[in-house]
Amino acid sequence: MPIRSLKSAGRWVLAILLFAAGVWAQRSGVIEDFLYYLPDVRYLAVQHLFLTAMSGSLAIAIAVPLGIVLSRPSMARFAESLMQVLNVGTTIPTLAVLALSMSFLGIGTVPAVFGLTVATLLPITRNTYVGLKGVSPALMEAAAGLGMSPAQRLFRVELPNALYVIFAGIRTALAINVGTVPLAFLIGAGGLGELIFTGIDLYDTVMMLAGAIPTALLAVIVDALVATIAFLVVPRGVNPSRA
Amino acid sequence: MIRLDNLTKVFDTPKGAVVAADHINMEVPRGEICILLGPSGCGKTTTLKMINRIIRATSGKVFLDGEDTTGMNTQDLRRSIGYVIQQIGLFPNMTIEENITVVPRLLGWDRTAYKKRARELMDMIAMDAEAFLKRYPSELSGGQQQRIGVARALAADPPVMLMDEPFGAIDPINRAVIQDEFLKMQAELKKTIMFVSHDIDEAIKMGDRIAIFREGKLVQYSAPDDLLSAPRNGFVESFLGEDRALKRLNLVKVREVFSDEMGSVKPDDTLETALSRIDDFGYQNAILMVNDRGEPAGMITRSVARTTRGYCRDHYQTAPPVAQLDDDLRKVASLMFANDTTWLPCVDARGRVCGHITQRAMTHHLGSRYRSRPEDSAPLRSQPETKE
Ligand SMILES: Nc1ncnc2c1ncn2[C@@H]1O[C@H](COP(=O)(O)OP(=O)(O)OP(=O)(O)O)[C@@H](O)[C@H]1O
Ligand SMILES: [Mg+2]
Repeated sequence: MPIRSLKSAGRWVLAILLFAAGVWAQRSGVIEDFLYYLPDVRYLAVQHLFLTAMSGSLAIAIAVPLGIVLSRPSMARFAESLMQVLNVGTTIPTLAVLALSMSFLGIGTVPAVFGLTVATLLPITRNTYVGLKGVSPALMEAAAGLGMSPAQRLFRVELPNALYVIFAGIRTALAINVGTVPLAFLIGAGGLGELIFTGIDLYDTVMMLAGAIPTALLAVIVDALVATIAFLVVPRGVNPSRA
Repeated sequence: MIRLDNLTKVFDTPKGAVVAADHINMEVPRGEICILLGPSGCGKTTTLKMINRIIRATSGKVFLDGEDTTGMNTQDLRRSIGYVIQQIGLFPNMTIEENITVVPRLLGWDRTAYKKRARELMDMIAMDAEAFLKRYPSELSGGQQQRIGVARALAADPPVMLMDEPFGAIDPINRAVIQDEFLKMQAELKKTIMFVSHDIDEAIKMGDRIAIFREGKLVQYSAPDDLLSAPRNGFVESFLGEDRALKRLNLVKVREVFSDEMGSVKPDDTLETALSRIDDFGYQNAILMVNDRGEPAGMITRSVARTTRGYCRDHYQTAPPVAQLDDDLRKVASLMFANDTTWLPCVDARGRVCGHITQRAMTHHLGSRYRSRPEDSAPLRSQPETKE
């Protein structure tokens, strides 16, 4: 067990370092400065989460069905080229996507949610498509041979077996999403970006950190949340984390 | 009953049309196992999969119990046919119980009914329900998975089963065990089964009939013994192998060949009696000694009987190995070779001597089937002429 003991040693070191950092922060008065921003952080974090929740759920609601449709045998002719288009889409910087959506929809929450949705769409669609295409042909043949209809095959065999890969896509997408929401401030949708960008503009490190640290924490929490849901939802037989 | 009527499949490939099945006509009577056998790529799988429409036939018809399946709904048709695919194909997202109750659940059975059925099926395939029903396929060995695959196909008790090399992925020892279990099950269930194999020995063991395919055509369709004794052409002959006469040993039981005449002595007989019996029966070397319960107890050799005085019980040698009436000739031949003997006493189910079998009778039996036409399939009893 040398690896495990190394890991737990690492954890202890981390805990001690964090504690030391806390003590230092207390002494130097940084904590008091932080507390000054607390009401702002609370308000903006809610706004931030709202943007994530809106764009994230919209993206899932669009991307999963899209991935399912693309993976149908009858779509085989278009699917690969469409996936190529989506892959190219992934390389466009999110800031550019937001700028584009602002030029169509103006400023505020609506263009921000729209832009974020588009940016989050791609990894989920791709993983849904790849996950479903990756279900072994033998399983599909067995399902058909036992007399399942196409819909029964999809819901009883294909989706459960692709679910782990689909959730991996959702995790990546939401991690990107939470990290991108601060940019939404630039087109007037608020969120923790307000503290970060204003802090940068004013050379106010504490203000900037008051936006950045909660953003990072939110990213970790959202990720853990999705991981937990995946752990519970993906059937045990096809769930590597429950093997 | 399964009947194929001019069933044909032509695949259009970039390199041109491939005729994978060419006007296949055959009929599997109700309750029998038909083995599709042939070299790789000869169209066995294609033929099988046209029956449950995994592959669409180019032309021709499939009849089940005399009914043309062409007009049937595909899902209904498939639910009435048990299907075991070569790659096993258990659903990894479902427990074993969920896997084997897939079809009953599709058919809308109620919960108690399909749960009960799951336990019955586990009993049938000789697996412990408590230990396995809640597990996932990845937690089972290959052989166990294969059994579950068979159980899943049997779940809704379909009259017809299609099996594509169902025991292909198992090592030879376990395969023999599963084959035996399957035959035992079949003796009760009496399904009409079409079964793809590329293993001749498996075909001979499992099949009531064997269909030999070559390049999409059905070359010969006969009972195993007829196939081995009268291959239709050079292709079938070379496919069956040069030892095909030996393979027939598997198919013949001792009771078809043995002679119920058997000279023997009792322990209380004198050696003088033994010698005269040896001469009376025309034996060359020895005579069997049988105890009061009729079981073989020893051997009295001619040389001892001639040179010694006294009772058999004091001068016998160990008894030779025996053949059961239901043993196949392969086992008997093996016993003879191992013991350097040309005959064995035969015993009935209670272990009592009831006759004997000679090497000569065995070769005569096999040889007579070669000389006769495969149509006159009445077994010819052979009479042994000499014994040692
Ligand atoms: N989907 C397909 N498209 C084109 N050709 C095919 C297709 N499936 C099978 N074939 C061809 O049809 C022929 C028969 O194939 P089939 O799978 O029935 O063979 P098989 O007898 O089952 O062989 P094996 O013992 O290797 O499984 C082969 O020549 C094969 O290449
Ligand atoms: Mg095959």
